[in-house]
Amino acid sequence: MKYIISAAVSGLILGLGLVVSGMVDPVKVIGFLDLFGNWDPTLAFVMGGGLCVYLPIYHLVVKPRGKTLFDEPCQLPNNSIIDIKLIIGSVLFGLGWGLSGICPGPALVNLSGGQTGILAFVLSMLLGMILTNRFSK
Amino acid sequence: MNNLYVEAFVGGMLIGLGAILLMLLNGRIAGISGIVNGALSGFSVQTFWRWAFILGLVVAPFVASITGFTLPTSLPVDTATLVIAGLIVGVGTQIGSGCTSGHGICGIGRLSKRSIVATMIFMGSAITTVAITNLF
Repeated sequence: MKYIISAAVSGLILGLGLVVSGMVDPVKVIGFLDLFGNWDPTLAFVMGGGLCVYLPIYHLVVKPRGKTLFDEPCQLPNNSIIDIKLIIGSVLFGLGWGLSGICPGPALVNLSGGQTGILAFVLSMLLGMILTNRFSK
Repeated sequence: MNNLYVEAFVGGMLIGLGAILLMLLNGRIAGISGIVNGALSGFSVQTFWRWAFILGLVVAPFVASITGFTLPTSLPVDTATLVIAGLIVGVGTQIGSGCTSGHGICGIGRLSKRSIVATMIFMGSAITTVAITNLF
């Protein structure tokens, strides 16, 4: 039960961050990505703020401990190979993100806004994930 | 100092806080695409935390509205484009093992070489896409 509550609280705080930072607004995101046009640098501060918190706590607490605060093992990726899948996947993700201004987190946070476009994006994204899982097996 | 810069930074810190809490308490990387993909395998004891995390994300705007922050009411592109973009994002994040949260915050925060490369590539790809879209 505690893991369900801690996950819900983590998701809630992360979601609040997406709303407060402006990451939920695809117009703003596209403005940030429009580096060669009418560039809006505001959202660069989002990654800055996120790393200011994540990076030091990870390296000072999580990494040396190797365990959660509940003394369970941390599940960390151990793959360090930069392969063609990482490159192609990232190119595709950037393409979809640039076309829409929406990435997975903000898509979910926007669901309660009641816009059909968001619902269409999320359903389509789920389909993309399901299809990829099927064909990669 | 522009107020929007402060909001972006504080919001970013909240994103980092939510993400590091998931690591400190659940021992998991807060990669939204990975969590959603794992939740797709259905409801089970192993996936409950994923659904709980997603629920947290979905209810966040209701909590944010107390402090006056609202969701956008219009989208910059039509629904057909959103369907195509959603599909590409779904496929791309699975092949590339992550999105802005998993690679951009958690991965770079861990100083993972894979995530640093992935973030540079998807940022470059997104910036190029916007630049090309602007030509039409």
